[in-house]
Amino acid sequence: MGTQFDFPGGIHPPDNKLRSLQTPIRQAPLPDRLTVPLRQHRGDPGRVVVAVGDHVLTGQPLSEGQPGRSVPVHAPTSGTITAIKSHEVPHPSGLEETCILIEADGRDQWYELAPCPDSASTAERYDHLHRTGVVGLGGAGFPTRDKLQSAEAAPDVLILNGAECEPYITADQALMRERPDSVVAGALALWRLVGAGRCLIGIEDNKPDAIEALRQSAEGTSVEIRVVAARYPSGGERQLIQLLTGLEVPSGGLPADVGVLCQNVATAVAVDRSLRLGEPVIQRITTLTGEALARPGNIEARIGTPLDHLLFEAGLDPQRLHRLIMGGPLMGFDLTTTGLPLIKTANCLIAGTAGEFPDPPIPQPCIRCGLCEQACPVDLLPQQLYWFASAGEHRKAEHFDLFDCIECGACDWVCPSHLPLTDYYRHSKGVLRQEQKEQAEADHARQRFEERQARLEREQADREERRRARQQAREQRHNVAPAEASEAATAAASSPTAPGPDRETLIQRRDQARQKVEEAQAQLAEAREQTPEAVPKLERALNKHQKRLDAAEKALSDAQEDT
Amino acid sequence: MWMNLLLAIATLLLLAGAFGALLGYASVRLRRDDDSLVEQIDAVLPQTQCGQCGYPGCRPYAEAIAEGDAINKCPPGGEATIQSLANLLDVEPQPLDAEHGEEQPKRVAYIREAECIGCTKCIQACPVDAIVGAPKFMHTVIESECTGCDLCVAPCPVDCIDMIEVARGIDDWVPPHPADRPLTHDGPVIATDQRPAEASA
Ligand code: SF4
Ligand code: SF4
Ligand code: SF4
Ligand code: SF4
Repeated sequence: MGTQFDFPGGIHPPDNKLRSLQTPIRQAPLPDRLTVPLRQHRGDPGRVVVAVGDHVLTGQPLSEGQPGRSVPVHAPTSGTITAIKSHEVPHPSGLEETCILIEADGRDQWYELAPCPDSASTAERYDHLHRTGVVGLGGAGFPTRDKLQSAEAAPDVLILNGAECEPYITADQALMRERPDSVVAGALALWRLVGAGRCLIGIEDNKPDAIEALRQSAEGTSVEIRVVAARYPSGGERQLIQLLTGLEVPSGGLPADVGVLCQNVATAVAVDRSLRLGEPVIQRITTLTGEALARPGNIEARIGTPLDHLLFEAGLDPQRLHRLIMGGPLMGFDLTTTGLPLIKTANCLIAGTAGEFPDPPIPQPCIRCGLCEQACPVDLLPQQLYWFASAGEHRKAEHFDLFDCIECGACDWVCPSHLPLTDYYRHSKGVLRQEQKEQAEADHARQRFEERQARLEREQADREERRRARQQAREQRHNVAPAEASEAATAAASSPTAPGPDRETLIQRRDQARQKVEEAQAQLAEAREQTPEAVPKLERALNKHQKRLDAAEKALSDAQEDT
Repeated sequence: MWMNLLLAIATLLLLAGAFGALLGYASVRLRRDDDSLVEQIDAVLPQTQCGQCGYPGCRPYAEAIAEGDAINKCPPGGEATIQSLANLLDVEPQPLDAEHGEEQPKRVAYIREAECIGCTKCIQACPVDAIVGAPKFMHTVIESECTGCDLCVAPCPVDCIDMIEVARGIDDWVPPHPADRPLTHDGPVIATDQRPAEASA
């Protein structure tokens, strides 16, 4: 049953999956209020196309994306937009981002959906996926259109990732065992779309029910169900590719470089529904689990549903809740509040008790045992990376292939010194990314600066040119009238410095300056009565004008003295 | 005997000539290297062109550093730039020279448009052409182009330009260093090397 290929390292943590597999997928009741973050994908937020007060229908676009940069989001149910504002979103930083708040009207009326016509070209189909907001639902949230388009030629192998190797998470397993037909339909839709040579569904051997269901559904199609031995992180994209094909994605490269395209099973279902029905991504299956929940299980809920609504559904005991984790226990992150919305990439929510997730022991110094190296699925030197990252020598860590680290947390899990290794790598990567960004900004500024310098020089040269031309013209005129020329020459000789402005101009300037002072005084007087906050500014302006007047008067009297 | 002496003198002269030529060549080569060193230093500086270092722009400061000036005079670049310069020049990093200012969060200029009189003074001051406007019309800062150098603030006759801090979003968030995170633990601290400050407290 297994495959002949392998990836290095890996660990066997207790999988804790049974708890959430006791019941079939449940439908979450519609909440009264939903919060839809504009950004639920890798990239930039899209541009809002609705306004506060608008009534929207289920599936109506709320924002507009730009292929390659941002992906649109859609109204998860019909209702009224009550606000478009910053709101906390599920993210390790705990920061806020722009969200669209909707008050549901409870009718859940659908927007008119446009399926992708059969005559559509591949590019049009990709754009259709983009418009319906399809992103990787496995956790990373990479825009599906961009991922499909990253391959220049049709891939040799299309892999559907159903490995779901991280403990606790069972959303994909529930989907595969209960809706195997739609998974296979999704596989076929994707296969047709990208035109790969083969199509494999990779799945871990700890999900016999899902394997059986998929085998039955795939009968009669050429979709191959491939079972791999359960080991974390076999569901990592690169690891699964390695397990199923023996191909290694090069460092810094993409699966497309080795002729493979990998998509999560839930994403495949979303692709199928988007193409066939025109349905945007407005709901997903999420695992709710952890010992603090009385009714754990998988729940299909609308995007934007408040997490406390879901947790309440699952029977949360707030007294027992110790840690709330979005994602799995190894790669997920802690949430500090339950007032966050469900997003497209949220595949699991763990409400853990203190017994289940005790506080990590105090880290001890690294004893150089080398266990982390044995566990690393990418063949990195975690201990070395830790050394550099903790000392702030991020560049050195980069030279030791820091960016190949998939942040799987296998090294943390085995480390006898309980070092939070992955957190160090995340920090290091963040610092390096920030540096790259700043460097790009500085390079851009330098370019703008140099362009400006060049422009100023050009303008200066132009001015010189014009001056020379004028002078030449004058000289020519002088050649015609030599008397004038000699006169000008003597004048120039008698006053080598440029002659000052004549008396009339000076008088004019003084009068102008005086007028300005008077105007400013009038304004100030008015402001004193009506807009006192503008007074200091006007006083300063008056001061300036007064100084100019003084200077003009002085210049005039100087000139009068001279003559 | 005389012959030997003459030969020795001739050899020495020849050698002197050859080394002279070599030195001359080397000095030409070195100058070019100097230029590329200035390029490299300039590439590390933040290109704010603010002049806080005491030079009229980043490039002149780069030239000064190449000639041996201190590497800690650039406040917008801060610690990160000093570290990069130290790496590049293979010298010890020094703390930022407070005389030239402090490292500040990134800011951008904002023109209170209602008050702008359209004098174009700020446009002339902006080193990166980040301000658009025409004489007598209100002016606006293109936020994405502004480096936050401050140079447009002083020339404005009506003081309508503010420097505002850029809100830091998720894109700018850097996961904290684990040792900087608050401990969730209330047990006794055993390991002392991880957080010496707390251990001694
Ligand atoms: S977190 Fe990174 S270094 Fe650690 S085992 Fe996973 S890939 Fe290797
Ligand atoms: S597992 Fe932990 S203690 Fe062992 S070498 Fe790696 S970092 Fe050091
Ligand atoms: S707008 Fe002002 S602060 Fe911004 S770059 Fe230009 S001169 Fe500097
Ligand atoms: S310097 Fe001030 S008043 Fe003049 S154009 Fe700029 S912002 Fe407007």
